[in-house]
Amino acid sequence: MAFPEPRPQAPELPQKLLKTLDCGQGAVRAVRFNGGRPPLYIPSPAPPEAGGPVTPACCSPVDGNYCLTCGSDKTLKLWNPLRGTLLRTYSGHGYEVLDAASSIDNSSLCSGGGDKTVVLWDVASGQVVRKFRGHAGKVNTVQFNEEATVILSGSIDSSIRCWDCRSRKPEPVQKLEEARDGISSVKVSDHEILAGSVDGRVRRYDLRMGQLFSDYIGSPITCTCFSRDGQCTLVSSLDSTLRLLDKDTGELLGEYTGHKNQQYKLDCCLNERDTHVISCSENGKVFFWDLVEGALVLALPVGSSVVQSLAYHPTEPCLLTAMGGSIQCWREEKEGGAG
Amino acid sequence: MAALDSDSDEDLVSYGKGLEPLEEGERPKKPIPLQDQTVRDEKGRYKRFHGAFSGGFSAGYFNTVGSKEGWTPSTFVSSRQNRADKSVLGPEDFMDEEDLSEFGIAPKAIVTTDDFASKTKDRLQEKARQLAAAAAPIPGAMLLDDLITPAKLSVGFELLRKMGWKEGQGVGPRVKRRPRRQKPDPGVKIYGCALPPRGSEGSEDEDDDYLPDNVTFAPKDVTPVDFTPKDNVHGLAYKGLDPHQALFGTPGEHLNFLGGGSEGASNLLGNVGLSKGRKLGISGQAFGVGALEEEDDDIYATETLSKYDTVLKDEEPGDGLYGWTAPRQYRNQKEPERDLRYIGKILDGFSLASKPLSSKKLYPPPQLPRDYRPVHYFRPVVPATSENSHLLQVLSESSGKAGQDPGTYSRHQLNASKRGQLLGETPIQGSATSVLEFLSQKDRERIKEMKQVSDLKAAQAKARSLAQNAASSRLQSSTPDLGHCSQHPTLGSWSAATRASNFKPFAKDPEKQRRYEEFLAHMKEGQKDALERCLDPSMTEWERGREREEFARAAQLYVSSHVTLSSRFTHAKEEDDSDQVEVPRDQENDINDKQSAVKMKMFGKLTRDTFEWHPDKLLCKRFNVPDPYPGSTLVGLPRVKRDKYSVFNFLTLPEPTSLPTKPVSSEKGQQQHGSDKSRKLSRWDTSKLERKEDSISEFLSLARSKVGPPKQESSPLVNKEEERTVDKGAASQPEGEGSRPSMDLFKAIFASSSDGKSSSSEEEQDDSENDQEGTEEANFQSSQEVAMVESAVTHTAEPVPCEPAAPFPIQKIQIDEREEFGPRLPPVFCPNTRQKLETPQREKHKKNKEKHKMKKEHRRKREKKKKHKKHKHKSKQKNKKPEKSSSESSDSSDSRSDEEETADLSPRELLRRCTPVVQ
Repeated sequence: MAFPEPRPQAPELPQKLLKTLDCGQGAVRAVRFNGGRPPLYIPSPAPPEAGGPVTPACCSPVDGNYCLTCGSDKTLKLWNPLRGTLLRTYSGHGYEVLDAASSIDNSSLCSGGGDKTVVLWDVASGQVVRKFRGHAGKVNTVQFNEEATVILSGSIDSSIRCWDCRSRKPEPVQKLEEARDGISSVKVSDHEILAGSVDGRVRRYDLRMGQLFSDYIGSPITCTCFSRDGQCTLVSSLDSTLRLLDKDTGELLGEYTGHKNQQYKLDCCLNERDTHVISCSENGKVFFWDLVEGALVLALPVGSSVVQSLAYHPTEPCLLTAMGGSIQCWREEKEGGAG
Repeated sequence: MAALDSDSDEDLVSYGKGLEPLEEGERPKKPIPLQDQTVRDEKGRYKRFHGAFSGGFSAGYFNTVGSKEGWTPSTFVSSRQNRADKSVLGPEDFMDEEDLSEFGIAPKAIVTTDDFASKTKDRLQEKARQLAAAAAPIPGAMLLDDLITPAKLSVGFELLRKMGWKEGQGVGPRVKRRPRRQKPDPGVKIYGCALPPRGSEGSEDEDDDYLPDNVTFAPKDVTPVDFTPKDNVHGLAYKGLDPHQALFGTPGEHLNFLGGGSEGASNLLGNVGLSKGRKLGISGQAFGVGALEEEDDDIYATETLSKYDTVLKDEEPGDGLYGWTAPRQYRNQKEPERDLRYIGKILDGFSLASKPLSSKKLYPPPQLPRDYRPVHYFRPVVPATSENSHLLQVLSESSGKAGQDPGTYSRHQLNASKRGQLLGETPIQGSATSVLEFLSQKDRERIKEMKQVSDLKAAQAKARSLAQNAASSRLQSSTPDLGHCSQHPTLGSWSAATRASNFKPFAKDPEKQRRYEEFLAHMKEGQKDALERCLDPSMTEWERGREREEFARAAQLYVSSHVTLSSRFTHAKEEDDSDQVEVPRDQENDINDKQSAVKMKMFGKLTRDTFEWHPDKLLCKRFNVPDPYPGSTLVGLPRVKRDKYSVFNFLTLPEPTSLPTKPVSSEKGQQQHGSDKSRKLSRWDTSKLERKEDSISEFLSLARSKVGPPKQESSPLVNKEEERTVDKGAASQPEGEGSRPSMDLFKAIFASSSDGKSSSSEEEQDDSENDQEGTEEANFQSSQEVAMVESAVTHTAEPVPCEPAAPFPIQKIQIDEREEFGPRLPPVFCPNTRQKLETPQREKHKKNKEKHKMKKEHRRKREKKKKHKKHKHKSKQKNKKPEKSSSESSDSSDSRSDEEETADLSPRELLRRCTPVVQ
């Protein structure tokens, strides 16, 4: 007996504060969920703009059960955010940790920090597997590629370096030095590298086509991300604006304003179903916009100071925010059940 | 176990484990057959009873050691977490477990700890201690030690004592009678003094007989045998200078040669007690005689080295002949006695040999014959030919083989060819004995000629030199083989000249140069008179002197500069043109227009730049993506070489795509695939097209695009482009040739235009020149460029003259937009066109069109606003000269006037101008 497909419901936004963790590692520079991102290219024919339900394919081991916090006290910590338990502390950086990422199989972590190094960690043992030195400035952002064979790191030395985790070479595989100013954000898909730079451009390196697409935004880019269907890129810049660009043409699909982002490198993201755009703000709130309509849906008050970083659960409506020295875990109103 | 369980035999003591009781039906086990009774070690391996150590290389995996590979190396591992501790390896580290076991070479014996070790005063130790105390610089220091160390008795000691044992007794049941002391074996000879008394028993020995019967005695305390391991590197039984003797000057002491170590020690200590009543103390020459010392007779009677043997010799010093060798007969006479009366100390475990060793017999070397001379002459080998048969005969006669004819040579004296001759074989042609035989006939002739010439020269030189300095004895002496000798140097000089051809100090004077080279050759052969030989004999003395000096200096210079430098440097792999610098070929163009586009939220084509970007091969591999440019070795953005100090490097280029990659491909293009080539080709064509669009034709195409959808455009040129880009692999050279002018045309243009450094840089400049106002050079080149384009157009684009309908407003818009964004060329259409061309299958086609419309509207709006600015910018537009190429030339002013003219023209006028040219 076949039940009719449930009607697509409006997604619940995570607005219930589940937990506040005091990380005890100075200011939390970034908070990241573990696991990889769900696959960007979803076979679903309906684009998110059409309002069709985008169901994340759970074939890949997308996790999201744990989170990483990058502290200004040179440590990286692995938490279970729902239970609030500290699982492991990774120390070995020489300066504050600015970004971290986890491999899709959860076996290794990478992090970059103010000590200009990119560190590859072994999750289980907590040991430094490799340290990649070569950046001339602090490393703003790190990402694994899909198979965690390459670490891409963006630094304020305006270069993106692709470090090979497989070989023992100390040099990067390739340096992407097209940017004219510091790299603030790097995101990776299966064949693309998306980089936002302070020079006001979003560059997308398409490895498959062998082309570089450079979109001029004007204002310094603070964060970029792909949409989960891989069709769009979300770009936030220091003019307190988020823009949704068509990936292929660079056309503007949507603009989201209302938050405040004029000084800091703040994160933005899309929610798990690409229905909402979420961004940190300098006024202590997290802003939710409807992706299609561009209307401000929710301004989630987190605290009084700057929301430094946020991370959205890859599959569930669960949001992590970082403010000061603590992180907050937010869930949807009616909890559980989401599977 | 069984014994314990049963109550009946409680009084039985059972040792070990009882056999398991047999079951009823079970038969007793068969004994293990002999072949199965093997001895295995603790690892289950067969134990070997042979080998180097206890088990030999018993360990291992099929008789290797440790592992299949053999010794497992202990690798040095140190990490941040596990610091390797520096360990000093002892021999035990290289031993197997078996070696450390009980029967191994280094048994780990169980050693009694201090708690259980007996602290009874060992007599020997005690004595040794006393001796050490005597020898110590401060006598009595050891006594202090004794006082300080606590009298700790071991457990065993206490136990024994509780059992009734007293110190000084032996352990064991008491005996009735003391066992009779063994008399020394008469077979054992004891030399010298009698054995020293063993402890106290000596005195007791005598009154053995008087002991009553009912008295039992404790057994004798047995002094354990002192097995002191030898832990020094001295020779066996070496005894250092005895401090006792040295200090107390008992010269006779060292003659007390009998006795083992322990006995000697005991003896010694007995003497310590006597020591002539002298106190223990420091005395001797160095200290003189103290005021309290009674006797001073002995001051200088200290030991001297002469009392010691300095030489190993037969006699012992005991014979009184200190160092003096006795006459032979005396010694001979003494010799038999020596066997018996060996006075030296016999080492433990050794006994004297009963018969002397038979001495080796020495045989004298053989007597040499009287007429022997230790020099060997090799007789020259002369091939047996008809000419020198006489010589051969003489030789063979001299060597004593006169009577032999060739046929009677023994088999071993014949070589292969001789044997062949004897057998009647035809000699093998192939076997070349000289390098010369490999040369072709012509070369051989040439060499021969050269030889003749040089012979001639040498002969002349010889004649001259003979005539001139007849006194030169060296030349005279070398006369017999002069022909041979002189033809070599000349050849050598010839080769030297070829080698050193790059250094010709006397190139102006060929004769002198020749002489110099000759001189060099002579020098190379190490001839001292090289200078004298090669100097022109017809010159005056002064001239020759000067030349000699010159040659010497030149040779020195040549050596120092050429050889030393070439030994240190190598040739550059690439010519470094220092005035060139690599710059990315495509650069993001100026942001002014983009900024305004952003302001208007016109994201998309206005804000987008597309570049060719080459990912690293490895990166592609890691991303599981096929290499988009399989043939290219480029990584990153394509780069071109440009003048380092060119203005153009620092100007942003409005035109990222329109680069002819001809020079690039010619530089690196060898390894590029066909598909790549076709890509390049198409890009070339594209760029051409675009360049055309840069100027007026851009408007044309725009107009066309406005008229009809760009894809359905009827222009065969564009279609062709599309075609080619779509099936890149299929595109081929001739096809491309059909649609564009031949290379000769380009060559003609480019050859005339520039110094031919790199046309790509030129064209870069062309691309950039839109940005430049008042750069004459750019103007010049642009004019050329336009000329080229024009010519290209004449060749190819018949259908370009488009429908004159409608386009005017659009053109106007276009122009206006230009104005709005300043003098620069907007990048909008360049990447656009390229994108369209390269990827004609675009899903967003419709979207694009809509966008276009939107933009149009925008432009219209803006146009109205900015119209007043128009005239200001007009004058700066340079690239719109539709002038014919033949007429325009390097004259920049000309083109300028042209351009000013065109600037004022309306777009319609422009179009009109354009069309005749195109036709």
